[in-house]
Amino acid sequence: MIEQKPLHDGLFSWPDSDPEILGSRCNECGQHAFPPQSSCRNCTGNNTSVVGLGREGKLWTWTIQTFMPKDPYLTDETPETFVPYGVGYVELECGLRVESRLRQNTTADLAIGMPMTLEIIPVRKDDQGAELVTFQFTKKEPN
Amino acid sequence: MDVAIVGLGLHPFGRSPSLSGLEQGAVAARAAMADAGTDFKAMQFAFGGSQDGGNADSMVNLLGLTGLQFTNIWNGCATGGSSLNAAYSAIKSGQYDIGLVTGFDKHPRGAFNPKPSEWGLDDWYGETGLMLTTQFFAMKLQRYMHDYNISRETLVSVAEKAFRNGSITPTAWRQTALSREEIEQAPMVSEPLNKYMFCSPAEGGCALVICRADIAHNYTSKPIYLKTAVVRSRNYGSFEVFAPSQAPFVADSPTVTASRTAFELAGIGPEDVDVAQLQDTEVGAEIMHMAENGFCAHGDQEKWIAEGRTEITGALPVNTDGGCLANGEPVGASGLRQVYEICHQLRGSAGARQVPNSPKVGYTHVYGAPGISGVNILAV
Ligand SMILES: [Zn+2]
Repeated sequence: MIEQKPLHDGLFSWPDSDPEILGSRCNECGQHAFPPQSSCRNCTGNNTSVVGLGREGKLWTWTIQTFMPKDPYLTDETPETFVPYGVGYVELECGLRVESRLRQNTTADLAIGMPMTLEIIPVRKDDQGAELVTFQFTKKEPN
Repeated sequence: MDVAIVGLGLHPFGRSPSLSGLEQGAVAARAAMADAGTDFKAMQFAFGGSQDGGNADSMVNLLGLTGLQFTNIWNGCATGGSSLNAAYSAIKSGQYDIGLVTGFDKHPRGAFNPKPSEWGLDDWYGETGLMLTTQFFAMKLQRYMHDYNISRETLVSVAEKAFRNGSITPTAWRQTALSREEIEQAPMVSEPLNKYMFCSPAEGGCALVICRADIAHNYTSKPIYLKTAVVRSRNYGSFEVFAPSQAPFVADSPTVTASRTAFELAGIGPEDVDVAQLQDTEVGAEIMHMAENGFCAHGDQEKWIAEGRTEITGALPVNTDGGCLANGEPVGASGLRQVYEICHQLRGSAGARQVPNSPKVGYTHVYGAPGISGVNILAV
């Protein structure tokens, strides 16, 4: 079993059998931010707490990245293996809109308002051979 | 003290392999001073900026070591707007009588590749493929088209106008008009925007000589008065580029706040403007900025553009020189190019692209990362 490590700590709960997005909530005005930050973008305060923001939301807007981005993009892909990916803002239950890669990558599969759910995906191997992972959202299938 | 623009200079936009960005800036500066019938010895101050072309103040090596105050300005796409704002304040306050504003750039080919650390973000944001301005513009537009029923045909119409206007602008980079079919069939970059709907990084230089209004006639018979120069950053809730998260509501953009302030300070309204330059990093930006700057209601762009109201012969000509789409975007020079074009329109010296019936009031607007906007109102 290959060890998995978050590409960046603090973006989602990890290790966790059911990971969720992590954000900050302002203790003064109640507004949220992602990634978590110690200050508040809304009220200019400096008093926030890290909170879980859940794993589900609705797609607020989207596009498709058709070509492989240049530096600072850093994955194990090559221009030959690159697969276009969706990018969107997903509106979480608290209202915050979080920017994310999307599994869906065609116009037919993406629509504003569609229900989305979080998943963890590999980005690349680090020099110790561990798999670095990040978050993305994918279409939530009806139960 | 009122403020006047009395000299206009531009080094053509596009690709100039034999000249550095700084040299293109110096060509523009000399042209602006010559246009005003003056020289660098008369300049009391200069403000200048560039993203990839080096430090603006090193231009003194090319213009002459006269000892003037030369301040570098760097404010992303609003660099030109911020330089002009600083020059405006320098004259308005009475500190100086006359000076130079210059901007230039020379970007590598291809899309910009900004570094997350320069924008207050961690590396994961760029490494996982979210650090692309093209994605932001596409996503803002996608939501806007959904909310206000803007059609793909309208996107094509804006690109068509840009290249048509570029084709009659001798200093533009793209001087070939494109058919609707050519635009529609271009490769998709970031849904719903294709290759001909985005501007590209480019090269070029632009400069203005600016002075006290009461001495303007010493330099030109047609001074253009800079009524106001306003720069604003974003408020909480405005939908902005390089933002891993956005507020649960959409607030007024920095364009709205800069525009509103500029109109208040100038004591006029959008209905008084005869010709405008609106930031068109991509076609959707021009469309959205028409409403954000107060020229029409959200959603009315569909009708305005179908009726040709933003054409050179329309009620509010927009981006008469082809804008960023036809000129490319040398970031440091781009905002000043807008002012250069409006000044020519108000002077009546815009050649084949001259707006008819002697326009009296002009307007320029830049927008850039990470959510800044600059608005200038000009009048004869
Ligand atoms: Zn707060």
